[in-house]
Amino acid sequence: MAYKRHIDRLPIIPADAKKHNVTCHYCIVGCGYHAYTWPANKQGGTDAASNVFGVDLSEQQAAETDAWYAPSMYNIVKQDGKDVHIVIKPDHECEVNSGLGSVRGARMGETRFSTARGSQMQRLTDPMVWRYGQMQPTSWDDALDLVARVTAAVVKEQGEDGLFVSMFDHGGSAGGYENTWGTGKLYFGSMKVKNIRIHNRPAYNSEVHATRDMGVGELNNCYEDAELADTIMAVGTNPLETQTNYFLNHWVPNLRGTTLDKKQAQMPDEPHAAARIIIVDPRRTVTVNACEAEAGKENVLHLALNSGTDLALFNALFTYIADKGWVDEDFLKNSTAAEGKARPALYPARGEADGKPGHLTNFSGAVEGCRMSIEEAAGITGLDPADIVKAAEWIARPKEGGKRRRTMIGYEKGLIWGNDNYRTNGALVNIALATGNIGREGGGVVRLGGHQEGYVRPSDAHVGRPATYVDKLLIEGQGGVHHIWACDHYKTSLNAHEFNRVYKTRTDIVKDAMSKVPYGDRQAMVETILAAIKAGGLFSVDVDIIPSKIGAASHVWLPAAESGEMNLTSMNGERRMRLVERYMDPPGNAKPDCLIAAGLAQHMEKVLREMGDAAYADQFKGYDWATEEDAFMDGYNKNAGGGEFVTYERLKAMGNNGFQEPATGFADGKIVGTKRLYADGVFSGEGGKANFMDAPWRGLQAPGKEEQKAKFKYLINNGRANIVWQNAFLDQENEFVMDRMPFTYIQVSPDDMGELGLKAGDLVEVYNDDGSTQAMVYPTPTAKKGETFMLFGFPTGVMGNVINDGVNELVIPNYKQTWANIRKISDAPEGVKHLSFKSQEYQAV
Amino acid sequence: MDRCNKLVDVGRRQFLRGGAFAAAGVATAVALPAQAQTKAAPGLALVEYPSNRLANIADLKPNEPFDVGYPDENAPGVLLKLGTKVEGGAGPDGDIVGFSTTCPHKGFPLNYNADDHSFNCPGHYSRFDADAGGQQIWGQSTANLPQYALRIDDKGDIYAEGVDELLYGRLSNVL
Repeated sequence: MAYKRHIDRLPIIPADAKKHNVTCHYCIVGCGYHAYTWPANKQGGTDAASNVFGVDLSEQQAAETDAWYAPSMYNIVKQDGKDVHIVIKPDHECEVNSGLGSVRGARMGETRFSTARGSQMQRLTDPMVWRYGQMQPTSWDDALDLVARVTAAVVKEQGEDGLFVSMFDHGGSAGGYENTWGTGKLYFGSMKVKNIRIHNRPAYNSEVHATRDMGVGELNNCYEDAELADTIMAVGTNPLETQTNYFLNHWVPNLRGTTLDKKQAQMPDEPHAAARIIIVDPRRTVTVNACEAEAGKENVLHLALNSGTDLALFNALFTYIADKGWVDEDFLKNSTAAEGKARPALYPARGEADGKPGHLTNFSGAVEGCRMSIEEAAGITGLDPADIVKAAEWIARPKEGGKRRRTMIGYEKGLIWGNDNYRTNGALVNIALATGNIGREGGGVVRLGGHQEGYVRPSDAHVGRPATYVDKLLIEGQGGVHHIWACDHYKTSLNAHEFNRVYKTRTDIVKDAMSKVPYGDRQAMVETILAAIKAGGLFSVDVDIIPSKIGAASHVWLPAAESGEMNLTSMNGERRMRLVERYMDPPGNAKPDCLIAAGLAQHMEKVLREMGDAAYADQFKGYDWATEEDAFMDGYNKNAGGGEFVTYERLKAMGNNGFQEPATGFADGKIVGTKRLYADGVFSGEGGKANFMDAPWRGLQAPGKEEQKAKFKYLINNGRANIVWQNAFLDQENEFVMDRMPFTYIQVSPDDMGELGLKAGDLVEVYNDDGSTQAMVYPTPTAKKGETFMLFGFPTGVMGNVINDGVNELVIPNYKQTWANIRKISDAPEGVKHLSFKSQEYQAV
Repeated sequence: MDRCNKLVDVGRRQFLRGGAFAAAGVATAVALPAQAQTKAAPGLALVEYPSNRLANIADLKPNEPFDVGYPDENAPGVLLKLGTKVEGGAGPDGDIVGFSTTCPHKGFPLNYNADDHSFNCPGHYSRFDADAGGQQIWGQSTANLPQYALRIDDKGDIYAEGVDELLYGRLSNVL
């Protein structure tokens, strides 16, 4: 049977409950919520005067009511040391979500740490160290002293290259401006750590170098543009599942035609219709189905291309549009580079350097370099030539009266973690530039995003470009100490099987050594650890909110707080910045990451001074922060563009609508923001111009991909599912989610199931020369034969185990193009038997 | 079509214009009313559910939803004789189930798809499996579909005597 809570009544929020601004801390969309808290021994009533809604709750409330909350939104948490009731419910006044809650965000309540109700008891409450053969609690001073002594000794001996760091760069969750600054100041300010990577990839690089190099920042539009566009083009994204309320609240109304009045009011001099949508994705997703249900099949063009061939498609579209003359001449003249540049000598096989794998030029140079016929692209992509022409028409053919068509282009991991990231990204931006669709209503060429953002750090220029391939160096035995900040390589990396094997071996060398000396003898302990490092070992420090998979190999765990347990600022996919107000205590002794980084810096200073290196010790000054607000003022306020206009007090007053970065002033009690970037036609490239990219097709770019494709039978496409947030770090202890998803599914076509002798729910092994993993079979009639889909980063079936180690010139991984074989392990186990394996597609009748 | 007309009131963002919603014209469910009867909450640890006779087995046709209201007439739901035995199914064939037909996500009325025994929400595309205890197949709800505890007496009368999840739009299942 399906999981049921058997909760048939909830405490009512009293009229005098405390109300806190909350931005959902999960996906990029950043829906507005409020956290209501009140004392454990109090409750509101059904009469209007005694509840926070001011309505009679003895009556059935209507659909979309503000005056209801689900059991998943409720919990009992600690606030200033006391138990309080909490309800975290969607904000109906927030422009982002208008009261909608996703299946992820609407579970924030029940995924809070609660000793009273036993939820998320996996959360770390104390620093933990390897002692007597297992992880044991200790004090902050003790743990930080050990970390600082080992780190300082390694850095003194090997230089800062002996310190490897994996650190999140995102907003939301336990990220945000406070915490990226705290960690950034430590590793890029006090030190210049080069062997460093980000949470979801094996290097410290941009996911979208190309668009930035072209002078076009990747979050350049606003969510309202999806309501204003004539055409939406979605590339490598499944927004109904991964940017849910952006899709539901801003795309769907345009597909339904309910934003026509808004279009007419804002853009009165041109004809308008309901939006059409082009979806570029090898897989038919629930997004495609929902778009068909809303807009009608005739207004949805799903380009189900061969995996990894997006670049060929974009070049054919660009060529066709240019040849037809469906371009914005004024925009080209005023906002893009006038002069072309000669190709580098080895182009197109190689760019000017590994760090510059493309060729930036002007419009005509790009048209020449990218030239591809519809027929050739059809051959590569497997698409119908007529569909490619139709897409070009929907994107760029002028509207009635010769008016420019407004097309918004959104892309995400299908492109970012796809074949030839750099050139594919560039080729897509080419289309937006040619058609003048940046900085204007209904336009934009934007990442749709994963996490929220919240990045402010000292310069990372010393890391270099291409950046260090950190996972590879760790596998090769480099590095003596590894600091991990909310990253889990075991789940969310490529070549994960081999990484896990080597990482465990190296950290076990240190664990076994540590077990030989009494923990209390600090000098002997540090000497023993250093000797183990010399013998090939690695000392691992994991800062996280829970014991992660990679943390199982670590020697020290430092417990972090997350959003709501601290004040935390982030921005969403339209650069909308908000403050989440602290509404509960962190578990036990957990702290915000910025304050952990500060503590580590202070211990480094002390230890280095003891070692007699006063000059180096002095570099670790400047962390006297008492609160996360101190870190915010030291970081964002002083270092972010427009940061000087932003304070906690002002953000609090701006509520869940916040403002859109960058701030440009403070007037009439409000922070003045920026609705769209480049609205003035001035871009980030040289002389304020945007560049085009000469980006010819070159097949599967990353090393090892063609060989893997030739050798193994099934494409193992991969990505996210609606119900699971990220790598399930909290969801793995949420009964509702784990009841539905005990293992990652693998979507398999009925034909393939027949050939492999599989039934729904069977556990299968997915294997190739790089590793192996497991999944449960989800029959999927819409899947193409030979093409499967798994969740990425799921704890009970790590897809990264079968991704080979090939990356592009800039060390961007290529997770999506992975091939493997499949074989049955067992019939559906007990925990799978109750599951529904019906089609995920909404059925109207 | 009287029931469908009530849908006009439930969405404040003109949902009726959408293709998905329009296609849901044969919805089996009853829209939520604006008003409901008020009752005093009993001073007990558990919500006291009424034992309500909803139908007789003879009223049910295989795989055709039979409209009911439970725990009161303002909480729309259906009884279904699925035709095959399911876990938690009542009746001599173990195939009779009852569910709320108000989507636990945002309160839209679900429609029943007889082909695959699923409830579908035209608001945000959530789907629930009538064969699997109302498990959400895919969707935005943070709960599976509320299901009735059914009892069938010697005469074949079907009684509902409880609900296993909180119903949308009420903070107590029995108001």
